[in-house]
Amino acid sequence: MEQASPDLERQFQPAPQEPLGGPGAVLEAAVGEETEGTREDSSVVDAMTGNNFWLKKIEISVSEAEKRTGRNAMNMQETYTAYLIETRSVEHADGQSVLTDSLWRRYSEFELLRNYLLVYYPHVVVPPLPEKRAEFVWHKLSADNMDPDFVERRRIGLENFLLRVASHPVLCRDKIFYLFLTQEGDWKETVNETGCQLKADSRLKALNATFRVKNPDKRFTELKHYSDELQSVISHLLRVRARVADRLYGVYKVHGNYGRVFSEWSAIEKEMGDGLQSAGHHMDVYASSIDDILEDEEHYADQLKEYLFYAEALRAVCRKHELMQYDLETAAQDLASKKQQCEELATGTIRTFSLKGMTTKLFGQETPEQREARIKVLEEQINEGEQQLKSKNLEGREFVKNAWADIERFKEQKNRDLKEALISYAIMQISMCKKVGSPECMPAREAA
Amino acid sequence: MAGGPPKALTSTGPHSLRDMPHPLAGSSSEEAMGGDSTPSPDLLMARSFGDKDLILPNGGSPAGTSSPASSSSLLNRLQLDDDIDGETRDLFVTVDDPKKHVCTMETYITYRITTKSTRVEFDLPEYSVRRRYQDFDWLRSKLEESQPTHLIPPLPEKFVVKGVVDRFSEEFVETRRKALDKFLKRITDHPVLSFNEHFNVFLTAKDLNAYKKQGITLLTRVGESVKHVTGGYKLRSRPLEFAAIGDYLDTFALKLGTIDRIAQRIIKEEIEYLVELREYGPVYSTWSALEGELAEPLEGVSACIGNCSTALEELTDDITEDFLPVLREYILYSDSMKSVLKKRDQVQAEYETKLEAVALRKEERPKVPADVEKCQDRMECFNADLKADMERWQSSKRHDFRQLLVGLADKNIQYYEKCLMAWESIIPLLQEKQETK
Repeated sequence: MEQASPDLERQFQPAPQEPLGGPGAVLEAAVGEETEGTREDSSVVDAMTGNNFWLKKIEISVSEAEKRTGRNAMNMQETYTAYLIETRSVEHADGQSVLTDSLWRRYSEFELLRNYLLVYYPHVVVPPLPEKRAEFVWHKLSADNMDPDFVERRRIGLENFLLRVASHPVLCRDKIFYLFLTQEGDWKETVNETGCQLKADSRLKALNATFRVKNPDKRFTELKHYSDELQSVISHLLRVRARVADRLYGVYKVHGNYGRVFSEWSAIEKEMGDGLQSAGHHMDVYASSIDDILEDEEHYADQLKEYLFYAEALRAVCRKHELMQYDLETAAQDLASKKQQCEELATGTIRTFSLKGMTTKLFGQETPEQREARIKVLEEQINEGEQQLKSKNLEGREFVKNAWADIERFKEQKNRDLKEALISYAIMQISMCKKVGSPECMPAREAA
Repeated sequence: MAGGPPKALTSTGPHSLRDMPHPLAGSSSEEAMGGDSTPSPDLLMARSFGDKDLILPNGGSPAGTSSPASSSSLLNRLQLDDDIDGETRDLFVTVDDPKKHVCTMETYITYRITTKSTRVEFDLPEYSVRRRYQDFDWLRSKLEESQPTHLIPPLPEKFVVKGVVDRFSEEFVETRRKALDKFLKRITDHPVLSFNEHFNVFLTAKDLNAYKKQGITLLTRVGESVKHVTGGYKLRSRPLEFAAIGDYLDTFALKLGTIDRIAQRIIKEEIEYLVELREYGPVYSTWSALEGELAEPLEGVSACIGNCSTALEELTDDITEDFLPVLREYILYSDSMKSVLKKRDQVQAEYETKLEAVALRKEERPKVPADVEKCQDRMECFNADLKADMERWQSSKRHDFRQLLVGLADKNIQYYEKCLMAWESIIPLLQEKQETK
């Protein structure tokens, strides 16, 4: 990483590096300032300390989902779900603050927002969106995108996404994000102006290309490995959980069959009749309790799913780092070869057999003037390359610093969240055991 | 009527029992003896049943000695409450210690039957014999023949229809042992059947096969007399109460059959659930290997799911061992009951035929002939016996099912309590970690 040799050309278009100095950096910086400006107007509390200043200012909620039909680009009829985003300013003190505001967005717009964030904040573990299509569901749950339960869970997921972005120390200051919450009309155009879509495409290409880094940063390699493992273990967990839920559903529902038999049986019994009747009734209650249980559990699954997608976001950061590293290494290599060339010309020695050596021998030496000129050009290029490499190195170090800070933040958030998820899972199980397993609820007790 | 020779046999039986102690009994005072007394290698193959200790205290001794608090098993509790009508009991029979016998011709299982009694019909206070399933079968058919007016408890099915079951598997043998034990206890508790001399012989005879051969000619006659009655005769009026019993039994058997199927289905579902659960827990372990701070909580969840799986397995086993057999017994009981009802109908038919015949000749002979009166007596006798048995059966059924359902509920409650404890135990683990962070 810290190779200090000059360089001439950039071989890759390092789209993800913009905030640190690419062509997009100007816009980025401007956006950043502007956002801060907007914020500082309404906030006396300073943006520098403002880890959560967004949240202090504005409450965000995705409060409603609505099914709509419209025409798409191909003028075809399509059905989609729109979500109502409500923002509410907490501090009304100064007139400039945003008051209660609401607008409709659809899932694809959330996707666009996230893509934009991915491009402009390569060092950030960008919060994931809820799944587009229901996955890892137990079979009784509908996988239909328009299913009310699915829409509701997605609404919660989208709200969670917005809150995560809003509470992120860096992302919360983004202007596009701010506009996403406040400007309904031409938001898409504003995003397109940033050219993020284009960059996203080239980024995607770059990310998919296989390349080998000579000196990988061990920390990122490990992190990448971790994110792979995390992804596979959570997806396995979710798959098994779905099967467990299926089976549990079966166990409860079969108990429901007792209900009818007991009540039919009770009809022919004199002394046991009442007991059997109520036993049957309790069996029905028992059987139907599973619906609520599994519904609650779905929330836990969603929490896990978020981290399944987070693993992907984590890996994206690692890939971006790799890409940057590769870029740096190529530049360094290029610079080194230029330097060698220059040295050769200056000293006139040819260390290795080359075509150039042959021509020299065949057609005689270049004139000193020609040589001088070439050396001059090369030296210029080397200078330029060294500058570039320096800035790339700086950029890289900055990236690592920022990325690592965000990864640390992410790790803390992950540990906290998952612990909470596990606790609530355990509490859920406990309350289920208490509810279903209490003596009063046990059907057959009554029969006695 | 078949009293002579068997009586002689029973009295000689015990003596030879003493002379030939069981090879495996060693120095203990136990008298294990049966028709098959050769100390063959198959005895060494006999499995040791883990719950033998559990069987002996409640079975071999009077019901009162084991305290209710210590008995968690459903069967134990059934045992304790058997003294419903407060009769003083003077006959105790237990079936235990199954052994596999491998002969050249066949392989079979024998069970040890221990009898303790103060009744004068028994010469000794204690007997111990070995019997195999077909001996039980013989006893039951003898009881049916000699006590046609009574409800004979059912034997477990000869072959288990559901699935291919290994007849010599530990589970199968144990289930059958319990059922056979129950069968003998039901007879023991019966005020009439327990005095039946075939039963006596079954409990005491050293060589049952010899008795079986001698008995054939003498004993079959009673059964014949009932059997020969016309089958196709339509009853003029079956008394309402017996018609009601018949209807009741039909529905009862139907419902129990359904419950049996549901219970089996539940067990199947639970086993499948268990399989998934066994995979689910370890995934958390795998995950915990990846994590630092989260490792312990995840490991905790994994262990907790493991505990729940174990609890579930116990629950499923309990249902299989304690719940299903009782259902089966009562399904078979309803068949026994139906066959007694049929016999009763036959007796009534016989009576009615005779009565009609008499009615035709009434002018000639105004007095009802003696054999018709006898027939009427018999029918009334039959009705009375049957009603008494039905009442007994109803009350023991009520009692058994109460125990059964309460037991089932308790088992479920215990299961949920175990899961509850498991989950509660990991809460501090999760919270503590969070606070120290």
